[in-house]
Amino acid sequence: MNSPYLDWPAVGALWLREMRRFLRMRSRLVGTLVMPILLFLYLGMGLNRVIVGGLEGTAYDTYVLPGILAMSLLLSSTFAGISVLWDREFGFLREIMVAPVSRLSIVLGRIAGGVTTTLIQAAIITAAGVATGFRFASARLLPVGLAVLVLASIGFIALGLVFASRLRDTQGFNMVMSFVILPLLLLSGALFPLATAPAALRLLSLLDPLTYTVDGLRACLLGRSALPLALDLGVVAAFAVITVLAGTALFQRTEGTKG
Amino acid sequence: MPAIRVEGLVRRFGDIVALDGLSFEIGEGELFGILGPNGAGKTTLINILSTLLRPSAGSADVAGFSVLDRPDDVRKSIGVVFQESSLDTRLTARENLSLHAAVYRVPRAERRQRIADMLAMVELEDRADSLVETFSGGMRRRLELARGFTHRPRVLFLDEPSLGLDAQTRRRIWEHIDQWNREQATTVILTTHYMEEADRLCGRVAILDRGRIAALDSPERLKALVGGDVVTLETSDKSGALAAALRQRPWIKAVRERDGVLDLSTEQGAQRIPAIVSAAQDLGIALASVNLHRPSLEDVFLHFTGRSMREESANDLARRFPMGRAGLQ
Repeated sequence: MNSPYLDWPAVGALWLREMRRFLRMRSRLVGTLVMPILLFLYLGMGLNRVIVGGLEGTAYDTYVLPGILAMSLLLSSTFAGISVLWDREFGFLREIMVAPVSRLSIVLGRIAGGVTTTLIQAAIITAAGVATGFRFASARLLPVGLAVLVLASIGFIALGLVFASRLRDTQGFNMVMSFVILPLLLLSGALFPLATAPAALRLLSLLDPLTYTVDGLRACLLGRSALPLALDLGVVAAFAVITVLAGTALFQRTEGTKG
Repeated sequence: MPAIRVEGLVRRFGDIVALDGLSFEIGEGELFGILGPNGAGKTTLINILSTLLRPSAGSADVAGFSVLDRPDDVRKSIGVVFQESSLDTRLTARENLSLHAAVYRVPRAERRQRIADMLAMVELEDRADSLVETFSGGMRRRLELARGFTHRPRVLFLDEPSLGLDAQTRRRIWEHIDQWNREQATTVILTTHYMEEADRLCGRVAILDRGRIAALDSPERLKALVGGDVVTLETSDKSGALAAALRQRPWIKAVRERDGVLDLSTEQGAQRIPAIVSAAQDLGIALASVNLHRPSLEDVFLHFTGRSMREESANDLARRFPMGRAGLQ
């Protein structure tokens, strides 16, 4: 019943809104930018002298950069999706739902905003890495790395939308953080290689889309990965498609015309 | 073509029947009031007409489009100001209007001027670039009203537009609504539980009571239906002689006494005043003042529902909506 057309001016206006809010919410800006950088510096400097298994000769601070990128992506993208909860609570969502815009355009506006903020953060973290001595393995694979970043970001934003449609209010956000985001992060091997971890954990990690994000980023930035890059890219792309379909459908059902 | 056509509209929430078979039409250019206590079904009706809620049965057309089959066309034709704020408080007033204008496809060339005009109209131009979170309730309400009209909708829904506002802001908001209705020929449908608001603004009023339309007509005719006028006499007579004498007159329907004041219900009160005055003179009773007034919408509501608005609001709300804001979320 909702027409599937895409309304680009509306997508653009919603993107602009996300940007304005992002720049105004100082705490979010600081939390999502400073935290990963601090973590990067802390882990990099701290663990560089500790023996971490499975690194195969790479310095830890180099090894961990793709993981930090993936972690920041996970946090900012999921938040961008799940922040629909706040729009619902503060009433703004009704203004958008009653507007003559397809629900798909509303979802795309949010995704566009979330991907942009995620990329800004990734750029800053990468710059911090380069400033502290990180060197790219090859420039040729950088566009592929960007593709992994964008696709994974879309996937986690849509995953946030899925959670937002299942939760009644902003109270549920902390639960999602503890029971979804943190496990996704820990299982992905973003911060240390899972090569030495128990088999059960390694198996579980294969169900985590962030695993393929991290691995794909390592392939592109470090030139080394546990899985083939094509597989990483394929899984991340499939994850994005599935979550966008599910997120849009659920968003339409919970926020659209009721009855 | 009517702006709104509703037929046999029913909406249930579980066992609660919020709308119980409404049928009515609103013509293009009308300023139409839906009057009723909280919980009467006003917001449910607005939500259905603005495509946010599907009816359980019956049909509703807005601007000629069915809310069930052509919701997108309905959305293109309407503006809605919700009872609860739906502004983005992290954006400025201007940014809120500009987002709205883009989403409603106001031509780019007109946007800037249109937004400036709207902000000036609701007297917020000097706060145009302040974040909405710094605004008072009245300022937010005015901004929201301006936003609802920024895209010049054919049909404008206002759900309790002056709820919780001070008298001065309320009067200003009434002026805007009246002006848009007259100058832009916008059909306005507003819900309210303020009798004065409906009386002042609306050409026609539907009294909604427990999901049904108890009465629908112009405020004047509704009041005429209740019947006659009220003539209030102020007198020094404490004997009750005047009251007794007036009770004999067949054209006086009721007499109510309260220390030194007599309220008389009568048809064509203006023509009856000379007879009332001479009746007092015949008895040698001096009148300090004579006041003639029409029944208020409050009297109308009482007449059609058997309850006053006040008791209805207090008692009925808790009973009919035990889970709170049923139908909003």
